[in-house]
Amino acid sequence: MFDDFFIRALFAGIGIAFVTGPLGCFVVWRRLSYFGDTLAHSALLGVTMAYTLDLNIAISVFLISSVIALILIQLQKKTNLPGDALLGLLAHSSLAVGLVVIGFLTFIRFDIMGLLFGDILAVTTDDLLIIWTGGAVILLVLKLIWKPLFASTVNYELAEAEGLNPDRAKAIFTILMAAVIAISIKMVGLLLITGMLIIPAAMARNISDSPQKMVIFSIIGGLLSVVLGLYSSLEFNTSSGPSIIAASLVLFILSLFKIKQSIKLKN
Amino acid sequence: MSSENSTLVKLNNAGFKQNDKWLVEGVSLTVEKGKIVTLIGPNGSGKSTTAKIALGIYKNIEGSVEKYTNKVGYVPQKISIDWTLPLRVYDFMLLTENIKEEAIDEALTLTGVIHLKNKNLGNLSGGEFQRVLIARAISKKPELLVLDEPVQGVDYTGEIALYELIKRISDTLNCGILLISHDLHTVMTATDHVVCLNGHVCCSGTPMDVAKNNEYKSLFGEKASQILSVYEHKHDHVHSEKGEIKKN
Repeated sequence: MFDDFFIRALFAGIGIAFVTGPLGCFVVWRRLSYFGDTLAHSALLGVTMAYTLDLNIAISVFLISSVIALILIQLQKKTNLPGDALLGLLAHSSLAVGLVVIGFLTFIRFDIMGLLFGDILAVTTDDLLIIWTGGAVILLVLKLIWKPLFASTVNYELAEAEGLNPDRAKAIFTILMAAVIAISIKMVGLLLITGMLIIPAAMARNISDSPQKMVIFSIIGGLLSVVLGLYSSLEFNTSSGPSIIAASLVLFILSLFKIKQSIKLKN
Repeated sequence: MSSENSTLVKLNNAGFKQNDKWLVEGVSLTVEKGKIVTLIGPNGSGKSTTAKIALGIYKNIEGSVEKYTNKVGYVPQKISIDWTLPLRVYDFMLLTENIKEEAIDEALTLTGVIHLKNKNLGNLSGGEFQRVLIARAISKKPELLVLDEPVQGVDYTGEIALYELIKRISDTLNCGILLISHDLHTVMTATDHVVCLNGHVCCSGTPMDVAKNNEYKSLFGEKASQILSVYEHKHDHVHSEKGEIKKN
């Protein structure tokens, strides 16, 4: 069944959409889109490390992204620079270092376009295994930290005062972000992963009145984007990442027309 | 002082410094089950800071806090909620603990906002939101309730009713309350213990003790201590549950 590259890509994309849906909601709620970008950019370093040390790409990207996240937290504590400047610093310097390292690795042929924008031909059965088991673990952990994470997203002090330990939840969530980027890099590409997190969630916000609904619509939006995007990628021979993100954009635009209607219906 | 096991939270010479400036220092106080402790003091005197120290929100404090309960309800003075979140009153009630539907309805009914249960939190007025905040804090049936200016923005009749509710909750749930209030009338009528802050504890004791204190008078003026005497003179009757007046 998984012999066909397209079926593999489809199942990979579906697995990813189940994870990016709920995580994407938190990215939107907690205003972390630029943070997601930074982790994604640093993924290039992870990829080069995977090639040089002959590691699995997802695992190597996960490690590097987690390290970058830790460095960010340390820099935030030790410098007076604003958060966005630090994010930009880490995003672009890790991307640049990654590209420089690639320049040195002349003995390996890199598909740069595939890295940046995703490549459905590259998805192997091993990748499928990593996406589905990794995805299941991510969702399970997210369910476990949901209460403190959500409460501190609404109001940090309430969560802290009422004994929910929001700092621990935040740290775990950072690791989950690194993990979701690691499992989706091959499909969506490192430049567009944040789009996969944000756009379905943004679409869902337009048509939801409760956090649970937003998560569900975000997953549905992601699934539709993957299916539509992959079919058009096959049809028009375009990169998988941009095709999926373009499909999610279409859904977002459609959701804009829903806003007024749904408000009317509710009242 | 009653026995140790009725103590809910105890501050020992606690203080908090931010950017090399003391927000408050040297505060010692104890909140016990069924007792209401009220913090008063001018703006910037460290009332909210003291409450946050008691709640354990600040980590690097001077002195120490002993907290004997994890069942805490908190109504913060300022709360900024990000409206990128689709959040109904109902979702907000479940924010820190999974509470039974009946308990939610009961709390919202007590604070008079049950009709807003399915409304979006972003569409509430200031007073309505304040009532929801109080409902959320009491619906958990906490052992310790920390209320930082709980009735701000609430209309006058609502204010009195809510303070009566708070008093009733402390009796029925036997929970300890740490209350911050600007309203000296309320402070003096419903409180067991008053702590008057001005960057440090300027005086503390029963409402009567505090009102007689000279530092209190210089902080709030002669008028403020007369509030208490006015109140004390009124204290010649009690209200039955139906609201009938019974002479003492």
